[in-house]
Amino acid sequence: MVKLAAHIEGIGLLGPGLDGWTGSVALLEGRSPYIRQPTVVPIPDGLPPAERRRIGLVVKLALGVGLQAISKAGVEPDALPAVFASSGGDGENCHEICQALSHDERMISPTRFHNSVHNAAAGYWSIATRSKAASNALCAFDWSFAAGLLEAVTQVAVDQTRVLLVAYDAPYPQPLYAKRPIPGPFGVAFVLAPVSTAPPAQAGAGGSVGSIARLTVQLGDSPADRMSNTDLESLRASIPAARSLPLLHLLAVRKNGVVNIEYLDGRSLAVEVETCA
Amino acid sequence: MTQLLLKDYTATSCVGHGRLATLDALRAKRGGLAPCAFERAQIDTWTGEVSDVDDERLTQTLGRFDCRNNRLAQLALRQDGFTDSVAQSVGRWGRRRIGVFLGTSTSGILQTELAYRRRDPATDALPADFDYGGTQNSFSVADFVRQALGLDGPAVVICSACSSSAKVFGSARRMMDADLIDAAVVGGVDSLCLTTLYGFHALQLTSNGPCKPFDSGRDGISISEAAAFALLERVPNSLDSDAVMLLGVGESSDAYHMSSPHPEGLGARAAMLAALDFAGLEPGDIDYINLHGTGTLSNDSSESRAVASVFGSSVGGSSTKGATGHALGAAGALEAVICSLALQHEFAPAGINTRSLDPALGIQYLVENRPGRISRVLSNSFGFGGTNCSLLLGRAG
Repeated sequence: MVKLAAHIEGIGLLGPGLDGWTGSVALLEGRSPYIRQPTVVPIPDGLPPAERRRIGLVVKLALGVGLQAISKAGVEPDALPAVFASSGGDGENCHEICQALSHDERMISPTRFHNSVHNAAAGYWSIATRSKAASNALCAFDWSFAAGLLEAVTQVAVDQTRVLLVAYDAPYPQPLYAKRPIPGPFGVAFVLAPVSTAPPAQAGAGGSVGSIARLTVQLGDSPADRMSNTDLESLRASIPAARSLPLLHLLAVRKNGVVNIEYLDGRSLAVEVETCA
Repeated sequence: MTQLLLKDYTATSCVGHGRLATLDALRAKRGGLAPCAFERAQIDTWTGEVSDVDDERLTQTLGRFDCRNNRLAQLALRQDGFTDSVAQSVGRWGRRRIGVFLGTSTSGILQTELAYRRRDPATDALPADFDYGGTQNSFSVADFVRQALGLDGPAVVICSACSSSAKVFGSARRMMDADLIDAAVVGGVDSLCLTTLYGFHALQLTSNGPCKPFDSGRDGISISEAAAFALLERVPNSLDSDAVMLLGVGESSDAYHMSSPHPEGLGARAAMLAALDFAGLEPGDIDYINLHGTGTLSNDSSESRAVASVFGSSVGGSSTKGATGHALGAAGALEAVICSLALQHEFAPAGINTRSLDPALGIQYLVENRPGRISRVLSNSFGFGGTNCSLLLGRAG
């Protein structure tokens, strides 16, 4: 049996009150207070101007955390397979299309249409990073983070390749918001590798930091772990991509342990974390 | 990679419900496209609508999943004893050891389109009976299918436009190799909706008539709907000679444009080469290529260059979308089923509607069914965002 293990080499993180992985470690550790602030989503580098004009918040979010993660890991993206996991894709764009189709005119723009595909972020990522490697675009409703992590770690372990995982979600506007209340944009990304890499003797600024932790994943039935901080718990419970927070917490405190992440009805993904010295 | 057995498979499309109807249509070169009469669409195009979807009723306990996409899924699952085959696998492996990997592009978005028409005029609220998770969300179809079949293994929807239900074979293969599962229900379900009809129309990619892949007068796609499923297991020690196996999966990205393929077909070429490499086969080992062949000027031109660069003009190929239309997120699985029928029933299916083959496309395009045993076939599926997947299927003997 293949041991489903992967080494984290880089982390990207953007969410309400969470601005980058490095900038969020202290509050995930509980050393600094959580301050409620809207998610700050940067304009991603690498896209040609025409594409940059066409992308919405969701794609910026996904590219933003993905670029953070590869930068932390110090890996080149051009041959890096990627797994994109999102519960709903671009909610704003979906609303605009359904709104337009409800009228008698029923005109939608070509850009709106091609941005409506669930793999829009994967497509723009490939254009921005010139990556010709395979990418996957997944959805498993509230369990999309766990499904993405399972797919990514399986790729790492079975195909013995480095993989980028990007999980992201953003709000729908009304009236869909009332049916699917995701309160804010949240994205998380991991560069995952099949083998441990030691930090280079003289790591330059922004260069590779080597493996951060080793993850071993298996299917389980334990109830999902929660965050003790009520603000962070509220994010975890309301944004599918933020189901990653208990894992991020364990990585921030740099302790070995097991976190259970919600997966399908009542099942869980048990993730064992061993920090790399 | 580990080879996998397609223990059973089924497809329901505009050419018919189930394998026999599909096989009959292919043999008779009969298509299922007709002038678009879907919903309130006023577009001068042809579509491939599946008959009797509206009559399908979901069992009461699964009522929250009721939408056209899941009705189509249920209609297809009922064909060919597929549900019984899955039940046998459950008996053998247990419900937790069978995964569900399905592709769709638009899931139940039609339900949302309809709900937007029924918004409360005063508050703008969507109607109370609209269930987002059961219908619109992309995962809806996998959640519905796993519950309908009583499965409790890993489940996911791959939603990468028109490569979706080819790529599911890759995910299932990896989870089988990781020993997370002993069997997998893979497939694709995509149903007609206004988003795709008006969206492709806005891109000027819909044909005014039935699509004519690889014709010099080709003018776009015919949007259709379909549901196709396969039950994958590891290859047992003894096999019937006509058993169909998954031999390879090749995936790549174009890194070029969101809605146009790379003009030289570089991504398509990389996917085909990766599938051959995975299977340990040479281009000369392939007997038939089921082309993506949407019937747009750019797809067929780019795909031809890719195919010619790998296979020259020595391997016959066709696009079966002239008959089935382009079932988008279900196309990969539908065409994997068509390839399986071709392998088992010993013929290479023709592409229909193509009257005047475009001489600029230098590949061997089949406009007549070619009888005779074929052992290994390649099936191409490419999608928006520059996502490419090639499946390699073969007979056991």
